[in-house]
Amino acid sequence: MNWISDDMLPVIFLGLMGAAMLLYAILDGYDLGIGMLMIGQPEQHRDRMIAAIGPFWDANETWLVLGVGVLLVAFPAAHGLVLTTLYLPVSLMLAGLILRGVSFDFRAKVNARHKRLWDGLFWFGSLLTSLMQGYMLGQYIVGFDNSPYALLFSWVSALCVSFAYVLIGACWLIHKTSDDLQIKAVRWASFGLVVTAVGLLLVSLTNPLASTEIYNKWFSWPETLLLLPLPLGTVALLWLMRKHLQKMPYENDRLNWMPFVLCIAVFVLAFTGLAYSFYPYIVPLQLTVWQAASAPESLRVVLIGCAVVLPAIFCYTALSYWIFRGKSTALSYM
Amino acid sequence: MDALILARIQFAANISFHILFPTITIALCWILFFFKVRFHLTGEKSWMAAYQFWVKIFALSFALGVVSGITMSFQFGTNWPGFMETVGNVAGPLLAYEVLTAFFLEATFLGVMLFGASRVPPLIHTLSTLLVAIGTSMSAFWIIALNSWMHTPQGFEMIDGVAHVTSWAEVIFNPSMPYRLTHMMVASGLTAAFLVAGLSAYRVLRNDTSLGVRRSLKTGVYAAAILIPLQIVIGDLHGLNTLEHQPAKIAAMEAIWEDEEGAPLVLFAIPDEDSSSNKYEVSVPKLASLILTHSLDGELKGINSFAPNSPPVAPLFYGFRIMVGTGLLMLAVAFFSAVKLYRQQRLPVWMLRVLVAMSFSGWVATLAGWYVTEIGRQPWLVHGVLSTSEAVAQVPASSVAGSLVMYLSLYAFLLIAYITTLFYMARVAAHPRTLAANDMNGRSIAGNADMLTGGAQ
Ligand code: HDD
Ligand code: HEM
Ligand code: HEM
Repeated sequence: MNWISDDMLPVIFLGLMGAAMLLYAILDGYDLGIGMLMIGQPEQHRDRMIAAIGPFWDANETWLVLGVGVLLVAFPAAHGLVLTTLYLPVSLMLAGLILRGVSFDFRAKVNARHKRLWDGLFWFGSLLTSLMQGYMLGQYIVGFDNSPYALLFSWVSALCVSFAYVLIGACWLIHKTSDDLQIKAVRWASFGLVVTAVGLLLVSLTNPLASTEIYNKWFSWPETLLLLPLPLGTVALLWLMRKHLQKMPYENDRLNWMPFVLCIAVFVLAFTGLAYSFYPYIVPLQLTVWQAASAPESLRVVLIGCAVVLPAIFCYTALSYWIFRGKSTALSYM
Repeated sequence: MDALILARIQFAANISFHILFPTITIALCWILFFFKVRFHLTGEKSWMAAYQFWVKIFALSFALGVVSGITMSFQFGTNWPGFMETVGNVAGPLLAYEVLTAFFLEATFLGVMLFGASRVPPLIHTLSTLLVAIGTSMSAFWIIALNSWMHTPQGFEMIDGVAHVTSWAEVIFNPSMPYRLTHMMVASGLTAAFLVAGLSAYRVLRNDTSLGVRRSLKTGVYAAAILIPLQIVIGDLHGLNTLEHQPAKIAAMEAIWEDEEGAPLVLFAIPDEDSSSNKYEVSVPKLASLILTHSLDGELKGINSFAPNSPPVAPLFYGFRIMVGTGLLMLAVAFFSAVKLYRQQRLPVWMLRVLVAMSFSGWVATLAGWYVTEIGRQPWLVHGVLSTSEAVAQVPASSVAGSLVMYLSLYAFLLIAYITTLFYMARVAAHPRTLAANDMNGRSIAGNADMLTGGAQ
């Protein structure tokens, strides 16, 4: 791969990390969202909700490991800086991930009297994880500022990200379930949609205000014109999703995958906007990708691995979704 | 306490918790594959019954391994930023290859292995089990390669205080790596074997003598009996390798303070750092020299020759004895029960009880071994390259202390839940009806017991 110059390498890895984080938000997003929705549901519904994510959650979470892994591998200086600055929210998120991952398994194996406890922990872990991820995103957007306004924004971001996860989780349920649970999911999605839209608006306004540099990137000619599809596209997608949700579920369960696909598209657009704001910084306004990158020879070694292995990962991930296609059935080891 | 000491305790707590589950899953998955293969070859239901019980234990252990592992991958950044900044060019690619080649493989096919049996043909299902087993072993390969490199680094040069790789082959196949990898894989085999034997013995004690349980018991006992002598030989070779590369560690393990020809093997003592000597020493003359140099009068270097770059003595000395002691106990138990089982096809009650008591003995030896290795590397983080204190994060001690308390309480809770659930599952498998009835909770219980027993047996 000598045709890739040393200067290109950090950019490629930034793209890779971004892609892993985006995939994580979409994939683990839906199972975190379902985790948060479980509170207060009757047992029969809880079982079906769990069944909808059972075969996938572990692989979904692995994208986080890859994202953090790439940060660690390609930008060690940024990895240290970001993670020590976010020390407490990271620790809380990890506690949430731990609780969630294990409750999922314990609930099916313990004495039935304790099943409720583990379901509660599953909900709590999902909530804690989502809140902390949103909080960290907020902190990242405001450049790790600690002013009261910045902290408030981070907490609002925590709520919005959680609702975005609820939205995508509900959309997944519309696809994977039927009958009364599906009807509930449509309701959840409609509600999540509104809050997510407000959250997106808030982030879009705050992001350029966080620094003049980002402001200038968005509001200068002709960039503004070229960027217009991002906000317009998002609005169009959200509107389309709302139209569908109002009429769902359709006869014969037609188009049950539609809200989920639209939701993915919204995630992608929102992510693109953020990525555009921050490029080429890896720590906003402090450290660029070139300043933070590891030695080119090490990056090349990893890149070769990625080029060979990532396509295989995509193939067998697709295989797994194909094997577990259709409405989810009760989880059993048989 | 300062942030350094707290960060060290936190790292040690997290990795100790993590390693408990990989040691089980790495080998247990191969055992599951073995059950599956036996089922295909013989067509006997009992092998499938064994598989169905153990796959649930595997799922639970795997979940705990995954979530505690995610904590580990964040820890390098939160607690040891200096580690990645200095040796990131070496550590990074090794960790990346672990994620790419191992984690995705095991995580994806785990779904098929656990819940896909009714959706894919039987052979594909067995293939998934094999792929998960390969994945877990591969992840052990990469992480042990990195860890071994931290003990015996080579294949790099330092430019402006940052390590740059000159040869990947030398980095990966560093001098201690073959020993450490085999010792760890066999440790995993032993841990899983004693767990399988122990829980199966527990089920037999509860009058569950179905063929599947007896076969599991046999598998566990025979595997242990084959692996333990192997482990002792590998351990001995491992020690010789360490003597060559990290002599200070060996001196501390053996509590030898001064350079000595014909050094005695200290069986018991209370090493005292202040006076640089052992109290209440019980030792066998010349034996340490014989074991380590294969000559009665071979010279061993003492701890004092390495000061101040020498590790603390007491934890190494005790840790090593706990590991070897557990190993010898395993040898006795495994041999005795294997012979009994071979001759009489069944075990006496007291022997079954001993096996139950030994269920988690693998954990004890594994943790002790890791503590010896890791504390023995101190004060270095990467031997001779980077010291631990240079790598620590500038995080306020109060943050580290707060998160440490959180992790410790979480781990204590989960560990208790894990062990009680394992025995509960064994009891339910033995008597699904009675227990389910006892629970008195209608539909939900029936569904639950159904899951536990895999619906049929
Ligand atoms: C000898 C074995 C071994 C050792 C020493 C370690 N691990 Fe591990 N790890 C495994 C063997 C393993 C495994 C067998 O592959 C696991 C355990 C159960 C599982 O799900 O995979 C795993 C899981 C696991 C995961 C979750 C993977 C997933 O999402 O599927 C991560 C991120 C790590 N580990 C990271 C680490 C780090 C950063 C370590 C050291 C500092 C470490 N592990 C030590
Ligand atoms: C899995 C079993 C392991 C256990 C039980 C274990 C245990 C420990 C312990 C007890 C220490 C503290 C030593 C001291 O401070 O006195 C330590 C240090 C350390 N180990 Fe491990 N370790 C394991 C594996 C690994 C692996 C696989 C790596 C890296 C690839 C690693 C990296 C480190 C680092 C970076 C330190 C320095 C931090 C410190 O001194 O506490 N360890 N380990
Ligand atoms: C009974 C004879 C045994 C001997 C002579 C032996 C020897 C050793 C030695 C010398 C080390 C230190 C390596 C270093 O210098 O860094 C070690 C580490 C270790 N031992 Fe053992 N061991 C024995 C039994 C066991 C058993 C029964 C287990 C587990 C079931 C075990 C698990 C480990 C582990 C996990 C490590 C740390 C990882 C490594 O360095 O490989 N050992 N052993």
